[in-house]
Amino acid sequence: MRRRLSTLASLLAVAGVLAALPFIISDYNVSLAAQVGVFFVAILGLNILTGYSGQISIGHGAFMAIGGYTTAVMSRDHHTNLVVTMLMAFAICFVIGLIVGLPALRLSGVYLALATFALAVSVPQLPLKWSKFLGGSGGVQSAQTVSHLWLYGAAWTASSILFALAWLILRGRVGRAFRAIRDSEIAAVASGIELPVYKTLAFGISAAYAGVAGSLFVLATNGFAQPSEFGVFLSLQLLVGAAVAGLGSLWGILAGAAFVGLLPSVSSSVPVIGSAHGRDVVFGAAVVLVMLLLPDGFAGLLARLRRLARA
Amino acid sequence: MTVETFRVPPVSLLLVAGAAGLLVGSLRSSVFAELTVQGLALGAVYGSLALALVLVYRATRVVNFAQGELAMATTYVAWQLIQWGLSYWETFFATLAIAFVLGVVLEVVLVRPVQHRSVIAAVIVTVGLFILIDGVVNWIWGAGLKFMPSPFGTKVYHVGGVSIARLYPGMLGVVLVSVLLVWALFRFTKLGLGMRAAAFRPAESALVGVRVDWMLAIGWGLAAMLGAIAGLMTEPSQFVLQPTLMQPILVYAFAAAVLGGLESPAGAVVGGLAIGVSLTLVVQYVHPITSDLQTPVAFAVLVGVLLLKPSGLFGRPEVRRV
Amino acid sequence: MTALLELEDVEARYGPVHALHGISLTVEEGSIVAVLGPNGAGKTTTLRAISGTVRRSGRIRFAGRPLDRLGPDGVARLGVAHVPEGRGTFSELTVSENLRLGAYTRRGSIKPELERVFSYFPWLSERLRQAAGTLSGGEQQMLALARAFVHRPRLLLLDEPSLGLAPVLVAELFRIVRELNEREGLTVLVVEQNAHLALQAADAGYVLEAGRVALSGTSDELRADDSIRRSYLGY
Repeated sequence: MRRRLSTLASLLAVAGVLAALPFIISDYNVSLAAQVGVFFVAILGLNILTGYSGQISIGHGAFMAIGGYTTAVMSRDHHTNLVVTMLMAFAICFVIGLIVGLPALRLSGVYLALATFALAVSVPQLPLKWSKFLGGSGGVQSAQTVSHLWLYGAAWTASSILFALAWLILRGRVGRAFRAIRDSEIAAVASGIELPVYKTLAFGISAAYAGVAGSLFVLATNGFAQPSEFGVFLSLQLLVGAAVAGLGSLWGILAGAAFVGLLPSVSSSVPVIGSAHGRDVVFGAAVVLVMLLLPDGFAGLLARLRRLARA
Repeated sequence: MTVETFRVPPVSLLLVAGAAGLLVGSLRSSVFAELTVQGLALGAVYGSLALALVLVYRATRVVNFAQGELAMATTYVAWQLIQWGLSYWETFFATLAIAFVLGVVLEVVLVRPVQHRSVIAAVIVTVGLFILIDGVVNWIWGAGLKFMPSPFGTKVYHVGGVSIARLYPGMLGVVLVSVLLVWALFRFTKLGLGMRAAAFRPAESALVGVRVDWMLAIGWGLAAMLGAIAGLMTEPSQFVLQPTLMQPILVYAFAAAVLGGLESPAGAVVGGLAIGVSLTLVVQYVHPITSDLQTPVAFAVLVGVLLLKPSGLFGRPEVRRV
Repeated sequence: MTALLELEDVEARYGPVHALHGISLTVEEGSIVAVLGPNGAGKTTTLRAISGTVRRSGRIRFAGRPLDRLGPDGVARLGVAHVPEGRGTFSELTVSENLRLGAYTRRGSIKPELERVFSYFPWLSERLRQAAGTLSGGEQQMLALARAFVHRPRLLLLDEPSLGLAPVLVAELFRIVRELNEREGLTVLVVEQNAHLALQAADAGYVLEAGRVALSGTSDELRADDSIRRSYLGY
């Protein structure tokens, strides 16, 4: 009972802070906070895939691209309500995620990493091929743009809803199946869990989340969807965020989202190295250090601290 | 229950057929011959980097996403050495030595701690390294184009109506000699035997006195050297040096390594040659495919192999227990 | 004769599981000592503790030098050859390469050793290019022994050599071990489930039970006592 209360309390605290934040900080920082929210959604989904069903993906930027382009194109051609486009992105990416998840069943470990890497590089090239519909390298401009405040609200509302959804999924049968698969595929099969169903499902769910994140991402860049925004670096950021987050902790995912959402902007103003390259040097070094020092991510660190506190 | 569902004809048959096809084509068309030579030379470079990937994978079970950037960085070091007045070949060997040390240091500092954790952690460390190296090179040398003297000059040979730039046999020669030396190291020396044993069976190797840790580090050093050779040989073929030098090469090298089988050094080299020749010829003769589509085509090959025969042409099938 | 190998209160564990609770034993140079006992008694773990393959504490001295802090490769370089359970064959490498690995820590030519090895195992010289994994179980066991011999160790640790072998081969194996001991002066510490066979070859024995030494004595003493034979040795 006490754990329930403290979890509820911390959730309420987070919600409270989020609600109050835009009134305290500057508009620029609101846009940064919104960006963190976008990454939160994507990393939440990716965490389900990598952490709970044990499959690597260096390609989720591709799903973000699909979601983002869905929003941009729907808005440009049909002036669809933006929230509706996000729902569409969710659905479309869920289906595509399932489709991608099927061949992914045959691969594991580094092979899966390589295949999803191929996905990350190839999908953003597609708009270049179908430039009439998808705008080529010039990109697609949606008809509506949004303010930073709107984006902040949308991003964190979506985060909350999707977090609740994830929580519901993970505490039920699906979640138990995922955890069983993560711990031992062989044992899971022996207990009657149909591996293909759950592994594909994990792909679908994580893709859907990435799709929504992609919609928000496009809205964050002035409603403009462009191939260069969705390059390999984005997929790498997502994976790094998921790894920094670690498993099974809300705070971990927040930490991961903050890490990838804020660090590049913060490191642009590194002295000596200069803006553009400073970002890469600091980010790259930070990624390496975090992985060496915290291989279980932030969640692992929290777990260790909790054990120390108890002892 | 194995994962393979597709029977590939014996590999040697495929290779002989391919070689025969190339020979016939070259005899009939001088353009074909020129492209074949060019393709083989480029393919040798892809194979060199692919071999580096395979060495690292066999030794430490890690796919080093930063192998290409590492090669690019060592090429920049070479440029710098030439700026400081060293001759080309002095620079060449100095760069190889520096690359070796760099590879060893990276294995000890970055890979050893995460090797036994998850695949994800190791992948991310190499990804972080990719980003870091890219940033550092851009910071130190900037993104502007640089020029390095070609060791092979601009001489062009004319053989029976076919023009062959000295560059191509030069590239091919350097890479093949390096690969042969590496092969000889593994096959004939005690060190090579120790490295192979450590890669296959680390526990049993330790029992006979092999210092497994060092073997793995040396593997990374060798891989870095092969990468440096790939970088140094790529630069003249692209005429300029810029930070994105090795990024497409990495894609081709991945495809080559997977095609040959991630565990097979011979497969990596043959795969590289195959991909080099195929891409060059396809871009010329298959019209919807232009040269900027080379990367997606290489990826298509990569994904195709992964789905049809993940262990590659030369690899042994991995039995999935579930 | 001085003791070549001394163990004093050695403990070992696999993660949280304690496998050895304080083992003490000595092996005199030039002798064959058997380590006996039921499954799970800690016999294999004892050998692993000596070669450094498992986390251990306590004192281990080999030829007067402490082994406590050394890893397997360090122990091997001091002259201890450990043939593990399952033989430790490098299946992917050839027979010749397996033998060369045996001599990894040695410098200089190993021709004289190879010739001696071929005199004990003549059939090996015909199979040099064969992949070691294609040999039968018995042949792999012989190869493992040959590999250990090429190492020219002072101490040979043999783990369950009879496992999975036909009785004829097992007898042959022990005959060769005794010959190596008598002619080459090789000290042997052998772990065996087949106590009868082991005690026939050995000079002394230790019987382990649940990670501790339950009994020890010369092989004659152990064989002579009926009650010991029945309760501990199973025959």
